[in-house]
Amino acid sequence: MKKKIGAGLYIAVCFLFFYLPIVVTMMYSFNSSKSLTKFESFSLRWYENLFTSSDIMNAVWVSVSIAILATAISTVLGTVTAIGLSKSRRVLKEIIINVNNIPIMNPDIVTAIGLMILFSSLKMDKGYITMLIAHVAFCTPYVITSVYPKARGMDPNLANAAMDLGATPFQALTKVILPMLREGIYAGILLAFTMSFDDFVISYFVTGNGVSNISIIVYNMTKRTNPTINALSTLVILVIVITLILVNVIPMILRKKQGATSLSINENNRILQEEEML
Amino acid sequence: MKYFVKLVRPYLIWSIVIVIIPLLLIVLYSVTTGGNDLINIQFTLDNFKKMAEPIYVAVFLKSFRLGLISVGICLVIGYILAYLITFFSEKVQNLLILFVTIPMWINTLLRTYAWISLLSDNGIINSVLEMLGMEPVAMMYTDFAVILGLISDLLPFMVIPIHTSLCKIDHSLHEAAMDLGANPFQTFWRVTFKLSTPGVLNGIIMTFLLSISTFVIPKLLGGGQYMLIGNLIENLFISVGDWNFGSAISVILAFIILIAITCMKRIDKETGEEE
Repeated sequence: MKKKIGAGLYIAVCFLFFYLPIVVTMMYSFNSSKSLTKFESFSLRWYENLFTSSDIMNAVWVSVSIAILATAISTVLGTVTAIGLSKSRRVLKEIIINVNNIPIMNPDIVTAIGLMILFSSLKMDKGYITMLIAHVAFCTPYVITSVYPKARGMDPNLANAAMDLGATPFQALTKVILPMLREGIYAGILLAFTMSFDDFVISYFVTGNGVSNISIIVYNMTKRTNPTINALSTLVILVIVITLILVNVIPMILRKKQGATSLSINENNRILQEEEML
Repeated sequence: MKYFVKLVRPYLIWSIVIVIIPLLLIVLYSVTTGGNDLINIQFTLDNFKKMAEPIYVAVFLKSFRLGLISVGICLVIGYILAYLITFFSEKVQNLLILFVTIPMWINTLLRTYAWISLLSDNGIINSVLEMLGMEPVAMMYTDFAVILGLISDLLPFMVIPIHTSLCKIDHSLHEAAMDLGANPFQTFWRVTFKLSTPGVLNGIIMTFLLSISTFVIPKLLGGGQYMLIGNLIENLFISVGDWNFGSAISVILAFIILIAITCMKRIDKETGEEE
């Protein structure tokens, strides 16, 4: 018991180290004065500043729209690739998985300047489109890594059975394969969304023509103290934490709901296997 | 099944254009001069020779020194944290690990910015010191601030892999060691720590990689003049516009990381074989 109290104390100190700065930022976003040390009275004036600043609202729009578009594109691309990958020959599979690991292992700054050089070699105007392409580029590998294990574990006979029974390959894909990959796809979506919404380094290098997302605008504002950033941080952190809670809660609910259906799938599998043996 | 094999083709093309070609372009830029004009390029090794100049060597050394210091501190604090978390029931452990993971998901930029209000000259820490009747300390724009920022950013990346490998250890091994006469310290060092080395190595590599390529933390907490490898690359690409030299530095950075990953894989293999 004594051991646990000591352990709990150490863990509490570490968590204080993690969360104190965040909590302080959130607290001072409600401070009526500009001071970072004295909390005068509760006020929403920084939030008012935030919502009336057209620069910040534009940045919020850029962050949110890019995160949604990049998530949608990279989820489709990543899922389709993961399904194809699970059926590919070994050599091709290894090549793609290794290439896929490059953006995950490479430091952001190297990925960022690579894309920056690419876009300027192609004479593309830097801005919204280049930012979107870059976000799809770094989100897709994460979608593939979360969907591929599920795709590999899938029973190949089920898709074959569907097609033998007259389903077109597209129907087999949407009615049989995708539902089985559901959990991996959800994990991929949430991973891609948070990665994209949070990104600073890559966006900073590939953007131009005044297109900024939230991180870029915060970076440009940190040169002087400005409690509006505290208000913005508070909202961004809330979005991320809510998303994270969803990541952890949705699979749990799904598992409960699917309890019944997955049982029957297992049953079917067992029957199929028995038939094969016969 | 043939229908589905074709599905990898779009990504194959996409990844060649968006992953492979940019890397080749960085290498190309690093061995040429002529800036952003691809038409009149000339091959040269000057970009790499330039790195031997004392100012640039100093930047590399400083990045390594700060990186190693923060990785070392993270290892000690993180190992203890991961180890203590395993004392609790599985449910509590999952919750504690969730709390360790949440900061990883919050933008480094925002978390580093949050430190400014604590560390600045008229910030919260100094006003507490003042209340206690002590002299204020200048913390912003020092190595201390940068290391603190690095540790708070990197610690979760150390704790998670160590915790994962500690959880895999079969508890009966501890009992066996104790039964065979090992004292608690020997049991920890020769059983627990030894078996957790894969996690430790993973943690060291992850935190080291992140620490030597960062540019946000030194810029915010170290000030505009503070130069680490990441800041140098940012400067060369954004302010100076010397893309060739910037690419050469990135090539070296990528190379260091490649070596680090290979080393880790080799050590990991060796410890695996010993078992």
